[in-house]
Amino acid sequence: MTTKKQAAEVRLTRVAKRYGAVTAVKPLDLVIEAGSLVTLLGPSGCGKTTLLRMIAGLERVSEGKLYIGGRDVTDLSAGERNVSMVFQSYALFPHMSVLENVAFGLISGGMGKPEAYAKAEDALTTVGLKGYGSRLPSEMSGGQQQRVAVARALVLEPDVLLFDEPLSNLDARLRRSMREEIRELQQRLGVTVVYVTHDQSEALAVSDKIVVMKAAEIAQAGSPRDLYEEPANTFVATFMGEANHVNAEVIKVTGTRADVKLGGAQFNLPARGLTPGSADLVIRPEAVRLHAAGTENTLAAKIATATYMGGVAEYNLETPAGRLFVIAPEAHAVRAVGEEVGLSFVERGTILVRP
Amino acid sequence: MTRKDPVLLWWSLLSLGLVVLPWHWLQNGHSIPALFAPFVTDADSTSALMQALFHGRFWFWPVLIAWAALALALRPGLSREAKGRLLFGFGLFGLAMLILQGWTIGPRGWFSPRLEGMFGELSERQFGIGAGGALSFFALLFLTTEGLALKGRFGGDRFIAGSVGFLVACIILFTVWPVVTILGQAFKPPSDQTLWVAFVDRFFHPKVWGLACVYSGSQCGVAWNTLALALSTATCATILGLCFALIVTRTSFPFKKGMRLLTVLPIITPPFVIGLGLILIFGRSGLVNQAAENLFGWQLGRWIYGFDGVLLAQVFSFTPTAFLVLIGVVQGIAPSMEEAAEMLRADRTRTFRAVTLPLMMPGIANAFLVVFVESLADFGNPIVLGGSFGVLSTEIFFAVVGAQADFGRAATLALILLAFALAAFFIQRKVIGTRSYVSVTGKGDPGLARPLPDWVKRTAYGIAIPWAILTVTVYTLALAGGFVKVWGRDWTPTLSHFGRAFAIEWGPHGLIWSGGAWSSLFTTIQLAGIAAPLTASVGLLAAWLLSRQKFAGKTALEFALMLTFCVPGTVIGVAYILTYNIPPLEVTGTGLILILCFVFRNMPVGVRSGMAAMSQLDKSLDEAAVTLRASTFRTLRLVVLPLMKPAIVTALVYSFVRAMTTVSAVIFLVSAQHEMATVFIINRVINGDYGLAIAYSTVLIVLMMAAIGLITLLVGERKLGRRKADSPAANPAGVSA
Repeated sequence: MTTKKQAAEVRLTRVAKRYGAVTAVKPLDLVIEAGSLVTLLGPSGCGKTTLLRMIAGLERVSEGKLYIGGRDVTDLSAGERNVSMVFQSYALFPHMSVLENVAFGLISGGMGKPEAYAKAEDALTTVGLKGYGSRLPSEMSGGQQQRVAVARALVLEPDVLLFDEPLSNLDARLRRSMREEIRELQQRLGVTVVYVTHDQSEALAVSDKIVVMKAAEIAQAGSPRDLYEEPANTFVATFMGEANHVNAEVIKVTGTRADVKLGGAQFNLPARGLTPGSADLVIRPEAVRLHAAGTENTLAAKIATATYMGGVAEYNLETPAGRLFVIAPEAHAVRAVGEEVGLSFVERGTILVRP
Repeated sequence: MTRKDPVLLWWSLLSLGLVVLPWHWLQNGHSIPALFAPFVTDADSTSALMQALFHGRFWFWPVLIAWAALALALRPGLSREAKGRLLFGFGLFGLAMLILQGWTIGPRGWFSPRLEGMFGELSERQFGIGAGGALSFFALLFLTTEGLALKGRFGGDRFIAGSVGFLVACIILFTVWPVVTILGQAFKPPSDQTLWVAFVDRFFHPKVWGLACVYSGSQCGVAWNTLALALSTATCATILGLCFALIVTRTSFPFKKGMRLLTVLPIITPPFVIGLGLILIFGRSGLVNQAAENLFGWQLGRWIYGFDGVLLAQVFSFTPTAFLVLIGVVQGIAPSMEEAAEMLRADRTRTFRAVTLPLMMPGIANAFLVVFVESLADFGNPIVLGGSFGVLSTEIFFAVVGAQADFGRAATLALILLAFALAAFFIQRKVIGTRSYVSVTGKGDPGLARPLPDWVKRTAYGIAIPWAILTVTVYTLALAGGFVKVWGRDWTPTLSHFGRAFAIEWGPHGLIWSGGAWSSLFTTIQLAGIAAPLTASVGLLAAWLLSRQKFAGKTALEFALMLTFCVPGTVIGVAYILTYNIPPLEVTGTGLILILCFVFRNMPVGVRSGMAAMSQLDKSLDEAAVTLRASTFRTLRLVVLPLMKPAIVTALVYSFVRAMTTVSAVIFLVSAQHEMATVFIINRVINGDYGLAIAYSTVLIVLMMAAIGLITLLVGERKLGRRKADSPAANPAGVSA
């Protein structure tokens, strides 16, 4: 199955959602480029699902305008928008066979039954479920149900395909393979996808662009690399992967670089617009190097806990700047608890952010 | 994907209603040729257009103008907004004009003398609305809601807009209007009294509020009687119901299934069967009385006729209701609560007293109030056993049918009864709204309910088991009475009662249904058969709207619907005859009024079972269908309804059964042409012809069991694959008779 049509762009201008006095989504602008996969990422209650449901047409937009493929769809119902959605619970109709489920949307749209069933068979083949059409959803495993839900959404050749935490009901191993399948399918068909998740590793794995949301607002939007390496604030930094968050001091800014002092350690980092004075420093666990105690230009630390994790070792370190979590690659020589060490910091993974 | 414009459909139907069909209710009966009204020359039997054109009935012109204006909305290329405005504006105008003309002009010209003063005497006059008028009304209504949907109301969904409009119109027409009419009647003074004198005289009459029973031997007022009876019944039935619920859910009693079966009995028995059974045991020629007289020479007298007898009969009738409410409550208590109490060193007694019982309290209060309301509204038991002990529902009846035919008094009593019922309803809402501890989270509670303390178990057994045996005895004897010649005097077994009721003879022209009961039986089955699917559809539609859709005024609609549920049947009966015996809606004496009464009396059953089923259906199923381009109607038809089959069965069964067994409202509405089985039986009972009454009741019970089986078979099983679906428990409790 291939898509014949051009993928569509989704554009939100000043879109907001209010329930009485409660604001679920503050007015926001967002462009989802045609043919890209964009994840809405954030903790529960941040408004990401509400945003998705507004794009789907399941919630009405309180204010602002919503365009899909250049067409104003703000006041159109879900059925009139040419979007389709994969639900968290899959929402497969339990009383219909798999084939009837997949063909349901086509027949709703006025297609004749023989043609609809033929297309539904194609869609099932696309998701690797050829020959399962006559089963009932309850007779399939979680992963298979997931695929049926995807096939049911895809078969309509929607302008935009929406996923609402589609993998949250699967076990960890299946989740990994399903997310790769979804990404592969999306790239093959070139369809625009909006994907809601609260799992940052899932977001990093599948997205062209990630929109991190916090408290009904967009905290930052950008490519996975941008978000991980250039987080706009500590919330994004700590949400995108593990991160330590300490207070440091910017001593001097020269051009785009800043000299930063953290305890006994001094190092040079991209300034990212900060000026001398107190600053927040985000340190990724893998950006810390351990040295012998008293090594020059290091931050003094003492090992509080040490955990052997197979490939790596994990430490919790007591430092004057606070407790640090560190992942060290040299697992063959795990250090002892209580050992004094000195810490240095690698530029990649040590990021200045605005407090 | 071309969808036809529904505006065209509704406008065509409107044209049919205005041009073709006879506008008024035909006085000489309806026939197929009579429906092609334009060719009829008689002014009263032709269509609205013809009446306006050729018979000088000017009051149809405004409606016809709306009709012409609405045709403008059919032009292609009209913007959504403009079309919506056009439809809404002229639709509403048409509706208003239709109602106005019906309301102001009747069979004797202007309804009010003031209008006659303003416009002069009318030479023309009109009867009540008929096929054309009704069709036009609904076509205009749906054109208006279509306009609202186009204007973006109701989420732009025409199906929801239409459904809400339809429900609101029905509630106003068939509940609000009658209740308001009864209010008006209660406050309308007789010609020789002023308003206030009449009001005080009626509302504070000693026959209503008298306290003579406190200081002398005579009867108290009916209002006190009603309250005392309802309180006693509710107390007894709640205690009994709780005992049964505890036994069934918390003990290893061997006959639990049988106990559950007892709860079905009162649903399929006509409401006075228990009264009959009690008469056959404790009446003057009853078993107990005869035994006492023969063995000991005691005269037990006629104590069964009066407060005690009615109380006993009501407790028999309503204990199952309390049981059904309480079983849900007891099951709803999370076992982990009791486990926690036990971990905190509470023994079984303390656990029961400090945790289980307080958690059940709101549920117990609810059961009490439900039974209280049922007792208030009960008509069958007091009429059979009351004797000189009157309650409001029977007094209302006697005020209407008695020699006095005092509708003012009936309306006043009905208002008092309504006030009691509403008060109980509001208390109930408050109790449930603020203090329900029973929470269904959807998460399984792995705990096990603790065993009951021994003394609780013993008490429950001690109360419930004798009562269960007594119930079975009463039912058995009640039905046995149909098979002996004359109870108490001649015990010869006979089928003659069945013969008198259901004889069939061969005449010269084939079968003759010569038994006395056939006509009422056929009418009953026919009307109940028409009413049941209507009731179920309207009820389930309302349930779906309330539990699944969001729209402006939803809370108000929900509240109005709930309110209509608590209007006692007798009140509705009086209200219906008062409202519908004059135009614009003149249907008293027809089968239609009975069907309307059934539909709007029994709708709660549909709403309740629908809501229960809906709460078990994942909402994302509906949403999935909507994102898959299904229209709202298609979603409802292909996704929601098939998954709600158990609820549909429940709604169909109960509305059918209740239409067959109800007495209270129906007794006012029957006519010679449309006699109902229950009314026929009541009249036999009042005449002392118990044998025939019982024989007929037996046939009804058998018939209803067959109907239940048939409906279950027709609607079929819900198809869900391997897993056996739990059918959502239908809760018929809380539905007043």
